[in-house]
Amino acid sequence: MRYVVGGRAIFDGLNLTARRGRITAFMGPSGTGKTTLLRLITGQAYAERGSVRVFGDEVRAMSGKQLFALRQRMGMLFQNGALLTDEDVYENVAFPVRAHTRLSEPLIRQLVLTKLHAVGLRGAARLMPAELSGGMQRRVALARAIVMDPDILIYDEPFVGLDPISMGVICRLIKQMNEALGITSIVVSHDVHELSTIAHDSFLLSSGKVVASGTPAELHASKLEEVRQFMGGLADGPVPFHYPAPDYFKQLLEVES
Amino acid sequence: MSAVVDSAAVAALRRIGAMTLFLGQVLARVIPAFAKPGLIVKQIYNAGARSLVIIMLSGLFVGMVLGLLGFDTLQRFGSEDSLGVLAALGMLKVLGPVLTALLFAGRAGTSLTSEIGLMKSTDQLTAMQMMAVDPLRYVVAPRFLGGIIAMPLLAATFSVVGLFGAQLIGVQQMGVDAGAFWSQTQNAVDLHDVNEGIVKSLVFGIACSLIAVFEGYQCEPTPEGVGLATTRTVVTSSVMVLLLNYLLTAAFLTRS
Repeated sequence: MRYVVGGRAIFDGLNLTARRGRITAFMGPSGTGKTTLLRLITGQAYAERGSVRVFGDEVRAMSGKQLFALRQRMGMLFQNGALLTDEDVYENVAFPVRAHTRLSEPLIRQLVLTKLHAVGLRGAARLMPAELSGGMQRRVALARAIVMDPDILIYDEPFVGLDPISMGVICRLIKQMNEALGITSIVVSHDVHELSTIAHDSFLLSSGKVVASGTPAELHASKLEEVRQFMGGLADGPVPFHYPAPDYFKQLLEVES
Repeated sequence: MSAVVDSAAVAALRRIGAMTLFLGQVLARVIPAFAKPGLIVKQIYNAGARSLVIIMLSGLFVGMVLGLLGFDTLQRFGSEDSLGVLAALGMLKVLGPVLTALLFAGRAGTSLTSEIGLMKSTDQLTAMQMMAVDPLRYVVAPRFLGGIIAMPLLAATFSVVGLFGAQLIGVQQMGVDAGAFWSQTQNAVDLHDVNEGIVKSLVFGIACSLIAVFEGYQCEPTPEGVGLATTRTVVTSSVMVLLLNYLLTAAFLTRS
């Protein structure tokens, strides 16, 4: 698959598959287009060449209605939670249910409380998003993402900016959702350690391609330089520490003169 | 210089084109939006009821100034009894709709733009799309309709309070005869004059609400982008209201 923005190829020759019922991790340094890949999977952007298929159907060929039907089978957890700021926790979780079903209020209540209980926030049902910590907001967003019982759950950088406890909670929840509900999970992140504990399959992206794939353990054992730099968190390597610049000493002398 | 003018003209035309397309998209969702009347009622409350205090205060002061200046001018011709007619026609046909629209753009318009802009910058609109919910239908259309419904009601309130303000100064302070004030007003003001005010406020309501939701929906999803969009809402709405006011006034005068 090839995807171009403003004349620059974000992906060129990218080829990967996330398998049903498994947790698949897309890893890579910042700016490699991990979030863009999610936009392509969810039909918010289209590949210039090649194919993006979800449940075997080509995303690009879908009509607006078909795309919305596909999205009803998906749940997505955004980096910042993306909760509706003028609604409380309960209404945020109830939002997709009210939009897509005509369920009675008692049934909606049962559904919302069940999902909030699953993420441990039943007691916070009447709080506003601004009253929650970042980790709690993400748990509410997770409850909202699973309230329609999706087949696929997509997590966009779920660990960013979280303290170790919240990170552990989110990790456990991703694993639980996958094991208990059999949800296919796609996690985009650069937190190698957290992903290693939950992912079944991993893909390391760099320069618009998959540079390595396999289980997290296989990636850790890889001898490839790009993989070693990323998994080991090394400052310099194939991904340079310095942004392209003129010669350092020459530039310093220019300033002096 | 010519290239600069050209590019500015092209950018303006492109913006008008984009706004027209956006209007088409919103209009296509106006009927479906009535399936959730609660959302529209909430927006009428936000745009209308929450603007009521500023509209009433402004109407009162504008009416009082109109009373003072009108009395001062009319007494030079010995026709201060016509103060009611001057105030009523001025309020109904021009001051009510125009000043309400300008105040609406400043209070409700900026609030609509920044609210939608912030929803965009915090991924709330994308999240809705990911939940297979159309943000144009659930966010934009109710706010657009709320503004259109609220504007004539606010303009009517402005005119009534303004007339009361003019009466307060003219009759209570300057000593114009109350009977003459009200009877001349009743005789001179036609249904046609009231209709002009209603039509104007409806058109201004459409223009201001459209500009506000368009700017919010199309803004750059950054703090600076939201700020710029909010400023553009006030500037564009104000200029558009004054331009439309001229066109509508000319059209009504030609008809009568």
